[in-house]
Amino acid sequence: MRDLKAVGKKFMHVLYPRKSNALLRDWDLWGPLILCVTLALMLQKSSVDGEKDGGPQFAEVFVVVWFGAVTITLNSKLLGGNISFFQSLCVLGYCILPLTVAMLICRLVLLAGQGPINFMIRLFVVAVMFAWSVIASTAFLADSQPPNRKALAVYPVFLFYFVISWMILTFTP
Amino acid sequence: MATPAAPASGVRHGAGPEWGGFEENIQGGGSAVIDMENMDDTSGSSFEDMGELHQRLREEEVDADAAAAEEEDGEFLGMKGFKGQLSRQVADQMWQAGKRQASRAFSLYANIDILRPYFDVEPAQVRSRLLESMIPIKMVSFPQKVAGELYGPLMLVFTLVAILLHGMKTSDTIIREGTLMGTAIGTCFGYWLGVSSFIYFLAYLCNAQITMLQMLALLGYGLFGHCIVLFITYNIHLHALFYLFWLLVGGLSTLRMVAVLVSRTVGPTQRLLLCGTLAALHMLFLLYLHFAYHKVVEGILDTLEGPNLPPMQRVPRDIPAVPPAAGLPVSVVNATAKAIAVTLQSH
Repeated sequence: MRDLKAVGKKFMHVLYPRKSNALLRDWDLWGPLILCVTLALMLQKSSVDGEKDGGPQFAEVFVVVWFGAVTITLNSKLLGGNISFFQSLCVLGYCILPLTVAMLICRLVLLAGQGPINFMIRLFVVAVMFAWSVIASTAFLADSQPPNRKALAVYPVFLFYFVISWMILTFTP
Repeated sequence: MATPAAPASGVRHGAGPEWGGFEENIQGGGSAVIDMENMDDTSGSSFEDMGELHQRLREEEVDADAAAAEEEDGEFLGMKGFKGQLSRQVADQMWQAGKRQASRAFSLYANIDILRPYFDVEPAQVRSRLLESMIPIKMVSFPQKVAGELYGPLMLVFTLVAILLHGMKTSDTIIREGTLMGTAIGTCFGYWLGVSSFIYFLAYLCNAQITMLQMLALLGYGLFGHCIVLFITYNIHLHALFYLFWLLVGGLSTLRMVAVLVSRTVGPTQRLLLCGTLAALHMLFLLYLHFAYHKVVEGILDTLEGPNLPPMQRVPRDIPAVPPAAGLPVSVVNATAKAIAVTLQSH
């Protein structure tokens, strides 16, 4: 119960990013795991038709998220940041929450059929959530970098969330 | 009289328990030689003895006085005990040395701080290096400077991966064995690391003054041109535009790399070999990236425009069921045969 409350509190911190240390101080990897598994499950194609191979979707998303987070962490450490390995993993994992919400909304919107208006709505939602993710993670990670190198640490985060947003946007069930 | 006698007897008593077993064996009979050998309990592996000794020392930490007393008693061990103690000391030293070496090696290789100096860059530096990678410098008389950093090249490779992914998804590429992500990452990293190593090897053969790190950085920054070209042409599907950009942008970044290498190589044959290989590989890679992951778009455009059935169909379409020719079971007839049958039927 205590862990669940901690996870819930961190979700709130991500949704309303303020300059607080709660995400960094007591890190945990439950939230990122739940979010990653949810995202990977929702990105599964229905492999009924044998022409399009929808099998590796789960493993692909999982590997992309975790290895991407590890790479960004190593990069920010090498650039001279004073953040620990797991703290950074925790922040990056929690900031996938807006993109998971975007995935849910996209799924609901896709129920109404596909078309150009449909695509525009999904594009708008995913773009907004992508910006939210990047801003949220920047708010937590940028403080740990030397002041003149913030852009160098933020760019890989931008790429990481861009790849995940792209996977969400181009998903068709 | 009593005082000198007491220490003497004390010594004898001190030696008594140690030599007690020996005296008993002598009294026992003629098998004294064998028993003496059995008494030597340091004949096993000294390391095991070391481990045992350390274990015992740890347990005896509580009653340290008793341990000290026992060590004092054990000094008077005689010939056999002395040899055992020597081998124990040697084993102890070897163990300590081995432990020190192992921990040093571990801290050396598991330390990512080795890579730290290669990431020591400012955003302004990265920006200027990106722009410079498109500007070939004509001065080839003395070696041009190559920045040895890994941040820019690594970020460019990841950007190329992202752009490739975007292109593959747009053109609906179907990868049978493997995943889109795996293919993109494998292609880009394989090119960067593989071609860098190959050109470094050629540079070694041609006596060029370039280190592996510099080669990695040079090729990494050369991918900036690729990123630009692919980003534009994956969104605007015009062949003429692609060829123009291929020559212009790809050519510029290749010329820059070639100029750097020429300035660091002596001899016309070597220069030709090295720079020709690099130019060919770099330009061909861009061609490959555009066409391998983009062909399907062509197929879709063609089938949308013309009523004629193209010979190779990449887009699955509904082919109406046709009664097969006499003698052929239904399962043998494949898509092409069905399509031809439909065309023949429609005439």
